[in-house]
Amino acid sequence: MFVHIVRKLIGVIPIIFGVALVIFILLNVVGGDPTYQMVGKHATVHQIEELRHEYGFDLPKPVQFVQYLKQIVTFDYGRSYATKQRISDMIVGGIGPTLTLAIPAFILTTFIALCIGLLVAYYRGKWIDKVTVVFCVFGMSLSSLAYILFGQYFFAYKLGWFPISGYESGMLERFQYVAMPILIWVIVSLGYDVRFFRTAILEETNQDYVRTARAKGLTEPRVFFKHVLKNSMVPIVTNIVIEIPLLILGSFLLESFFGIPGLGSITMDAIHNSDFPVIKAMTTLQSLLFIFGNLATDVIYTLVDPRVKLS
Amino acid sequence: MSTASATTADLKPMPQGRSLMSDALARLKKDRLAILCTAIIVIYALIALAAQFGLIATPWDVVVGKAYQPPSFDSLPLCLGTDIFGRSVFYKVIHGTRIAMSVGLVASLISIPIGVFLGAIAGYFGGWIDELVVWFYTTLSSIPNIMLLVAITFALGKGLTAIYFALGSTAWIGLARVIRGEFIKHKNRDYVIAADSLGATHASRIFKHILPNVSHFVIINLSLQFVSAIKSEVILSFLGLGVQGQPSWGVMIDDAKLELSRGVWWQLAGATIGMFFVVLAFNILGDSLRDALDPKIK
Repeated sequence: MFVHIVRKLIGVIPIIFGVALVIFILLNVVGGDPTYQMVGKHATVHQIEELRHEYGFDLPKPVQFVQYLKQIVTFDYGRSYATKQRISDMIVGGIGPTLTLAIPAFILTTFIALCIGLLVAYYRGKWIDKVTVVFCVFGMSLSSLAYILFGQYFFAYKLGWFPISGYESGMLERFQYVAMPILIWVIVSLGYDVRFFRTAILEETNQDYVRTARAKGLTEPRVFFKHVLKNSMVPIVTNIVIEIPLLILGSFLLESFFGIPGLGSITMDAIHNSDFPVIKAMTTLQSLLFIFGNLATDVIYTLVDPRVKLS
Repeated sequence: MSTASATTADLKPMPQGRSLMSDALARLKKDRLAILCTAIIVIYALIALAAQFGLIATPWDVVVGKAYQPPSFDSLPLCLGTDIFGRSVFYKVIHGTRIAMSVGLVASLISIPIGVFLGAIAGYFGGWIDELVVWFYTTLSSIPNIMLLVAITFALGKGLTAIYFALGSTAWIGLARVIRGEFIKHKNRDYVIAADSLGATHASRIFKHILPNVSHFVIINLSLQFVSAIKSEVILSFLGLGVQGQPSWGVMIDDAKLELSRGVWWQLAGATIGMFFVVLAFNILGDSLRDALDPKIK
């Protein structure tokens, strides 16, 4: 088991290297020299040189790449162009607000979607199933921007039920600000999740062991809850677990629309300001979380599912 | 009755063998919803083509009324009101259709050959080629898609070309995965071994023998790609990284952000509705195609 985990960890290294290489090539090689964008039109040659030196753009590319790898390992991404703050401090400060929004939203979405998914999978082919599927596809086809704009305009601006935007870091005060974004998050993701859970359960109902269970005279609820549900949990749990590390990124659209100062807002501001070091840091961080989230899922599987071979 | 006297004329003709494609087509023809969705997509494509060749809604950037005129039935350009410069929102929605459909098409034209080729050689040859391809797409898919798109558009400079390239160069991953899996399944089947023993080259086995048997996955994938291309274009344009100086649904929604508090809802409504029906049609058609083409779920 231990050997297996170590082997998995080693297997992750080329992926991390690849991610770093792609990000570096895009933002530091193809993207060119960002100093010209930073200093504006009226900078002197001397100013440009100084700035290039300060950020290390005058170094050869391989040296810059090694520096970037060092940044990844030490979690020290330098300073933002726009705010001059240390990026690692910005990230640490953004995690709280992001999770305040992301965790309740994720739990609510998963819970509601699982309940609906189970219900419609049990009544598959009946009207309740058909109506739900139609709603899911309709919901999926609307732009998430439309949900956000409509929710903010109608419920916050018109009806005044929620603050339009803003954030307070008090333990209880913060929830009045995230309530509306949470609601929108749930509604936006419900369509996908319900459909996914429903399909995952229905795929199991076509298996041979279900026919066997019916053939030996088990009642339909028993077949469904004892046999189908247990087996369909594998894809469902994967889908849930894989999303957990990504929660730290938050939703940059929701956060920036509702003025929640989380990691999503930081990313969004960085995109608007062409703040390369922040974009680079956030992209790297998100990729690392994704890679390690995947790894964790993998390891959990080998612990839980005896069918996964340790080769 | 004697079998000996039976002539060939008495024998029933062999039932005509039907290919997967003709079988699927027959099934799709019975699926009224799929036909409706195809019709919607064709209409969108025709609108996009007509706008491209200047047959309708030209020019879109002329003043047709006062600023922020609400929708009215006075004339066609005014049916969705006007924007801040008094331009027709209806015309902008039509040109947004042109942008969205072109992004879907070009991104697919770039990504499908890449996905098919890499998936095919990885699955067929295995070994280090497989490892390299898998490493490549695992790397790309480890970077959150929206951030990858943002990084590519930053690297290439804002604009439509960057969007085409960004979407085309990321959208092949899902297809490559599927094609690779299918090639692994097929490469040791009898028909491939037979082709081998008849002296078929690797290239001929990959492209002439196996590929036609797995090509239906490309079709299923196509509608998914259109959906994600259209949605990504809207988000990127909304972020200001996409189309510059042309009407796009994303740019319209970005404008609407500030207009809503003044009660101007028609630009948001126009862009959202324009996007809704085409994405809905592709979503439903994608499901129908999968049901019709993937014999597993039949």
